[in-house]
Amino acid sequence: MAKMPLQFSLNGRDTAIFVNGGENMLETLRRGVGDMSPKYGCAQGTCGSCTVIVDGQPQLSCLTLSQTMEGRSVETVSGLSDGPQLHALQQAFMDGFAAQCGYCTGGMLMAAKALLMNNPNPSRDDVVEAISGNVCRCTGYEPIIDAILDAATKMRGRAM
Amino acid sequence: MAVHKGRGFSCINYPIGMNLGGDPSQALVHSTPDGKFMVTLSAIDLGQGMKQVSRQIAAETLGVPIEDVYVDTADSDTGPHDMGSFASRGTHRVGNAVIQAAREARSVMLDAAAEELEVSAADLETDGKGNIHVKGAPSRTIAVADTAIAAQFRQGRTISGRGIFLIPMSDVDPDTGEMTPVSCFAHAAVVLDLQVDDETGEVEVLEVNSAYEVGRALNPKMVEQQLIGGAWMGISHALFETTEPHYPNRDYGATDFNHYLMPGPGQVVPHHIAVLERPAEDAPYGGKGPGEMCANPLLPAVTNAVYNAVGVRIDALPVTPEKILRGIKANGGARPQGQSWEV
Repeated sequence: MAKMPLQFSLNGRDTAIFVNGGENMLETLRRGVGDMSPKYGCAQGTCGSCTVIVDGQPQLSCLTLSQTMEGRSVETVSGLSDGPQLHALQQAFMDGFAAQCGYCTGGMLMAAKALLMNNPNPSRDDVVEAISGNVCRCTGYEPIIDAILDAATKMRGRAM
Repeated sequence: MAVHKGRGFSCINYPIGMNLGGDPSQALVHSTPDGKFMVTLSAIDLGQGMKQVSRQIAAETLGVPIEDVYVDTADSDTGPHDMGSFASRGTHRVGNAVIQAAREARSVMLDAAAEELEVSAADLETDGKGNIHVKGAPSRTIAVADTAIAAQFRQGRTISGRGIFLIPMSDVDPDTGEMTPVSCFAHAAVVLDLQVDDETGEVEVLEVNSAYEVGRALNPKMVEQQLIGGAWMGISHALFETTEPHYPNRDYGATDFNHYLMPGPGQVVPHHIAVLERPAEDAPYGGKGPGEMCANPLLPAVTNAVYNAVGVRIDALPVTPEKILRGIKANGGARPQGQSWEV
């Protein structure tokens, strides 16, 4: 299969890589770039663990053709923290015990971040809606929803 | 057509760890030259908190700060043998092994400190902050880190310990059938409210109230986390999860987990939990651990609540809309025992 050049922004850094035609973005990120933070779950777009943010919107990287990412801005969990300083969402997940096995956590964080970028003051229903495409086996979702609301409150406080 | 509310109750005596095959767990503890401690296990943390609880237990027994304890569960080839993370045995079995290993390591640590301080090891105590001092004379002190350095580079001692927890296999008495398959029991009671639509057969869980007795809650926040998540696993088993049935035949059945339904975030309902602590004598610091018990009682609670709502007794899980509708039909209509309303 022919290799195609692809340039995009990954967590604010210009990234250039050769990808296979038909390759999906999850493969490109994990195998090509080496960013292992998007998780390979169902690879069919039902579990949400591979969620990344593309131009401010949450997107399932397993269902995203890599070539469509040309010139786009992609964000992954790897870009969330500022060095050792965790993102407010990561801190809230940690404080609120919102992870058990942790496999869904990356996708949850990105879905949550996309929500808070577009709606800094979400209701509980907004949060549920935002993560409704993300499956969690361990937590019963409640601590995750609480953590996202907690982070939203703290992020609003910081902005003001 | 109407919606009927139902309330289901269930309670459970739950065996923590089975000793049908002996069921041993091992742990190794050793210090590094900088006075940190490594706990090596082959028991695996599946997200339930095995590592955290083992770390707490080791730190408590060693008498050192929890920050100075690391738990390595990386490799069952290089770690000590363990039967595994199942049967709700982790906290109880592994925890006891960790205590034994940590006690041995602590004893060597105190011997090493005694040699440095030129006192008897029996007169020493730890302050839990990284120091060892003479009882009643806190100024006669040595840091755990300095003790480890002395042991390693001057005394030629290994500050380490081995632990195994084994309850001998319990055979069945051929005359009476009597046996002792478990060492301790945890307990729980659950009240679950739901509603059933008698036209569609759909069940909507409304609220869960539960009380769990788990021995001492070694990490209360993680206990709560496991109980909430586990309850949803139980409800998921009760209402959704199956590889059957599929229509008109098995060829149309599930081919992967995408067809294996489970609840999403939109189906979260309030779950109020009371944790009762009644430390078990043979459990590590009294903690039995919640284990699988956090899921189990939800299943009968759901089926009992469905019976209460529409009078249909379902004894094969999951409780699908189809089974409810067939049951209602067989009964000649819903037989609600609680509140109903037309929709």
